[in-house]
Amino acid sequence: MNRLLPFIGFMLLVGLFGFGIWWNTRHDPNAIPTPLLNKPAPAFNLPKLYEPAQTVGKADLLGKPYLLNVFASWCIECGVEHPVLTAEGPSLGVTLVGYNYKDAPADAKNWLARHGNPYDLLIADEPGQTAIDFGVYGAPESFLIDAKGVIRYKHIGPLTQGVVAKELKPAIAAMLKEAP
Amino acid sequence: MTRHHPCRSPLAGDAPAFAEPGSQQTNVWLSRIPNPVKRASPASGLLRVIFVVLLTFAGVAHAQAIEPMPFRDHAQELRFQHLTHQLRCPMCQNETLADSNAPIARDLRNQIFRMMQQGKSDEEIKQYLVARYSDFVLYDPPLKPGTWLLWFGPLLVLCGGTGVVLAAIRRRNRGDSVAEAPTDNGDDW
Repeated sequence: MNRLLPFIGFMLLVGLFGFGIWWNTRHDPNAIPTPLLNKPAPAFNLPKLYEPAQTVGKADLLGKPYLLNVFASWCIECGVEHPVLTAEGPSLGVTLVGYNYKDAPADAKNWLARHGNPYDLLIADEPGQTAIDFGVYGAPESFLIDAKGVIRYKHIGPLTQGVVAKELKPAIAAMLKEAP
Repeated sequence: MTRHHPCRSPLAGDAPAFAEPGSQQTNVWLSRIPNPVKRASPASGLLRVIFVVLLTFAGVAHAQAIEPMPFRDHAQELRFQHLTHQLRCPMCQNETLADSNAPIARDLRNQIFRMMQQGKSDEEIKQYLVARYSDFVLYDPPLKPGTWLLWFGPLLVLCGGTGVVLAAIRRRNRGDSVAEAPTDNGDDW
């Protein structure tokens, strides 16, 4: 038995490290859980990207659920996410709001002209001040906000087909079932 | 797997260039160091100490040059430095807000500075950040049910280890008293 002890200890360590590797392939180690989940979205008032004279506030968007998608032209992974948004956006059943984060408006417009515009509405936060209230710390990030203005789901990193099918669509379905 | 790069932002446009005035000064000192192949004499030891001290302060000057802020006085600057060293950058999680060059870290530093000017306390500023970025921004995690394992886990491991050691000692002592000298089988671990 005593001879087996080191081996058992070794196997326990192998198990522990194996679990660590397995866990990290399934979880983004850089994703921070948002404390805002199931809480009212912060108030905001931001100019529209294409008509900067007009602003959009939280109150303007109440009454209909929407997906707030934080993106920027400098963000490489937004380019990965973009085709998924273009393909899946119309079938999601919620308004798609583009939140242009810390971007020069001209760059954002160029980027959208090149890749296409999947958004129903575009707002711009060039200084990035409002994004702090949302707990945004990079792009892309996506918030599902219901008709009452409550954050129901958040995804950090690009929305992939897998994330849309396994997380976003079920979250939308659960939200619509509760308050159609 | 939706893994993304730890720093998914543009490179900071105003990141400090490496060719700072300080580095030139460092080169001068490098050239003044006596032949490095020679065995260390007390004089060269002293030079080395001076060299290290200079390098250290070059780093300090460099860190403060990143972003001069209009502090009211030196005390406020010290408070700002102290606070930003206690907070973690949400983007590059192994860096403090004070050290990180990520754009979000700069935005948060500016926000902290603004809140300080408004007379907010350190605690209020931390609460503000925790409400948005969760306990992740704190290097010192709060004691609450979710972090009990984090705080008391090491104690549990220590108790477990002590138990194992005590059991082993007791068994060995008992073995000694029963059989005077158990034949050594070379198994001495």
